[in-house]
Amino acid sequence: MSPAPPAERAGLRKPPPTQPAGRRGPRHPAWPRIRDVLHAEWTKLHTVPGTFWLLAAAIALTVTVSAAAAAATRCPAGPACPVDTAKLTLTGVQLGQAVIAVLAVLAISSEYSTGMIRITLTAMPRRPGVLAAKAAVLTGLVLAAGAIAAAGSVLAGRLILPGRGFTVARGFPPLSLADGPMLRAAVGSVLYLALIGLLSLGTATIVRDPAAATGAVLGLLYLPPIMAAVLASNPHWQHQIERYAPMNAGLTIQDTTNLHNLPISPWAGLGVLAAWAAAALLTGGLLLRLRDA
Amino acid sequence: MTAGPVATQRPGERAGRAGFAPVLRAEWTKFRTVRGWVIGMAAAALVTVLAGLLAASGTRVSCRGPGGQACRYLPSVPVGPGGEPVTDNFYFVHQPLTGNGSITVRVTALTGIITYPQSNPNAIVPGVEPWAKAGIIIKQNTGQGSAYAAVMVTGRHGVRMQYNYTHDEAGWPGGVSAASPRWLRLTRSGDTITGYQSADGTHWTTVGTATLAGLSSTVQTGLFVTSPGDVQVSQGAGGGSQVHFTQASAVFDQVSLRGRSSGAWRGDAIGGGGHTDWERNHRPAGAEQSGGTFTVTGSGDIAPVVDGGSGIERTLIGALAGLIAVIVVATLFITAEYRRGLIRTTLAASPRRGRVLAAKAVVIGSATFAAGLAATALAIPLGERILRANGNHIVPVTALTELRLMAGTAALLAVAAVLALAAGATLRRSAATVAAVLAVTVLPYVLAVASILPAGVSAWLLRLTPAAAFAIQQTLPQYPQVSSAYTPANGYYPLAPWAGFAVLCGYAALALILAVFLLRKKDA
Repeated sequence: MSPAPPAERAGLRKPPPTQPAGRRGPRHPAWPRIRDVLHAEWTKLHTVPGTFWLLAAAIALTVTVSAAAAAATRCPAGPACPVDTAKLTLTGVQLGQAVIAVLAVLAISSEYSTGMIRITLTAMPRRPGVLAAKAAVLTGLVLAAGAIAAAGSVLAGRLILPGRGFTVARGFPPLSLADGPMLRAAVGSVLYLALIGLLSLGTATIVRDPAAATGAVLGLLYLPPIMAAVLASNPHWQHQIERYAPMNAGLTIQDTTNLHNLPISPWAGLGVLAAWAAAALLTGGLLLRLRDA
Repeated sequence: MTAGPVATQRPGERAGRAGFAPVLRAEWTKFRTVRGWVIGMAAAALVTVLAGLLAASGTRVSCRGPGGQACRYLPSVPVGPGGEPVTDNFYFVHQPLTGNGSITVRVTALTGIITYPQSNPNAIVPGVEPWAKAGIIIKQNTGQGSAYAAVMVTGRHGVRMQYNYTHDEAGWPGGVSAASPRWLRLTRSGDTITGYQSADGTHWTTVGTATLAGLSSTVQTGLFVTSPGDVQVSQGAGGGSQVHFTQASAVFDQVSLRGRSSGAWRGDAIGGGGHTDWERNHRPAGAEQSGGTFTVTGSGDIAPVVDGGSGIERTLIGALAGLIAVIVVATLFITAEYRRGLIRTTLAASPRRGRVLAAKAVVIGSATFAAGLAATALAIPLGERILRANGNHIVPVTALTELRLMAGTAALLAVAAVLALAAGATLRRSAATVAAVLAVTVLPYVLAVASILPAGVSAWLLRLTPAAAFAIQQTLPQYPQVSSAYTPANGYYPLAPWAGFAVLCGYAALALILAVFLLRKKDA
């Protein structure tokens, strides 16, 4: 992503020598206000065409994979039909999160690739503030895209599932966001995507290189579920992975059936992911402050 | 990074006319002199080994199940004549037979029940498991795992002749009823046992012939019925499966035995009958005789144990982590040139662009294969040792299969690296390339193995995507005559090993062609 000229302008647009800039205003009269930092980051992110395409791809992939998973599932014959339709209809999040991760990684690592980071940090010397502003802008974008993706997935499930044997007669009312657990699963999935974005942003701030950061984030997300599946003969390890790995724990927010058998409760699972994201962002912020750019 | 080709050009050669070797050398120099890439490749090999060993050391036979359940591979698990663990549970109405002889019977009915434990209360549905078996058997003795040959009618697979657990030959299709009964006959002549079928008891056709080496002169022969658990692959995480208790009952008449025998029938539940109190008390196996008609009821199976996840390829689970590192390095091998502008120098030095990419593919492919082979050659024997030390059973494999596992996994990593290189040359952006390649190689595997996708979709994912190449890691044999959860999570892939690998090669070749086309067409 090449640095867009407006970005530089935006960052330096209002040098406010006379304004008191926050708590430390008097000591650094030239430092930009939080609003300006946010505005700069917003300009940088939304003026790059890649951002729009990545968000569009995240929405399209999430909805497509969700719809495909719903279309491929049938309520098996027999007295029982043990399918969690809410989780099924949000399957696409597992692919959509990869695109969100790329978007978040690029939000910082492309600045390192192009050298733009030095301009950014010259214009906005309060480094953790820059990361916070990036996180805020990114979260806003991901929440908006995630909401569309989740709503589209639920709508697809609502239209497809009744034709696959998930009828009212068998105990599956049409999916609806007015239903408490379904709403929790859908809103939780949006929050999940936002937290994945923050985790990726933090990881990319630590790693800096876009390829290595993408590999690290996707490895962190996708490897533990495989390990958990392989370690089926060691219930203790499996349980620990399912409780504390970011993707396993975070995606429990989508579970609406068999809740007492979950390794971790849905909101606690999302909390585990939030802790991962916070740890990555704090480490990234610290390193951003300590290292030369 | 150094631009080697200029220095290696020999006098007298025109620029751009140099052979393939200098280009190759230039690319090799680039690869080995970038510290991050070499470290990345070493890290790929290291995580492959370490993650595999970690998983192996975490896999141990648990004997602490609820209610003190027994370990799965205690010495008491029966072992068949071929040395493989077997299931040998059935109801047997038998008498000894000495020397040569034959047994003939007519089967007029095969019925059964299937239970669904997950509904409350337990639902008991009438139905015959497709591999429920009823017929006649000649068996070394009544001990589990002893040699046998049997001819039988099955729930939905017609008449079969099976012997020594792993062998299965098909006879006539179709079920049995009073209107269309099946006559079955087994004859012993020395070590050779021949199975026959007939619709009317006068016209006989051969189903198959078995040679049971070392069969003692006195054997047990008679009627048997068994019915394996009904396997339902659940949609739960990990593609787990549930096995439901089933039971079959068959009606036999026209029983005739030729040869030296005691003449008195005796009923025994081989393997001790049901597993739970409910099965033993409410659905006991047994036989009733009225006149010349026997009604025999039984549960279980006479088959090899299909134990998903007990293959030696468990030691290579770390290859997935290694794959991610390899993809990152292979991507950077080309995208770094675009980022630094080195690509223009490279293409100026060797203007044949396709050749440059080919050289890069050879270098990254060979380097990855070497690193991968070192990793797998270390991970398999070490992991196997740890697994055995933890009391795990490992399905034995031939040296050739082990070699295929070793070299195949290294080749999988190498071809994935070439795919990443080609994708990087096409997309030119490292983050997008890494994500795209991971999304087509690692993600389908994750979705198939550890997700909530139905088994059918998982199977198609592992046929159509580059992740199909993981089939090269399958060492577990698949028995069509045994109902089991043959899912990727248990180590069974929808494609044959090399067919799956060929899918990945196809994708890599297509990506490489596209990359060469675009590299020639576009400005660098």
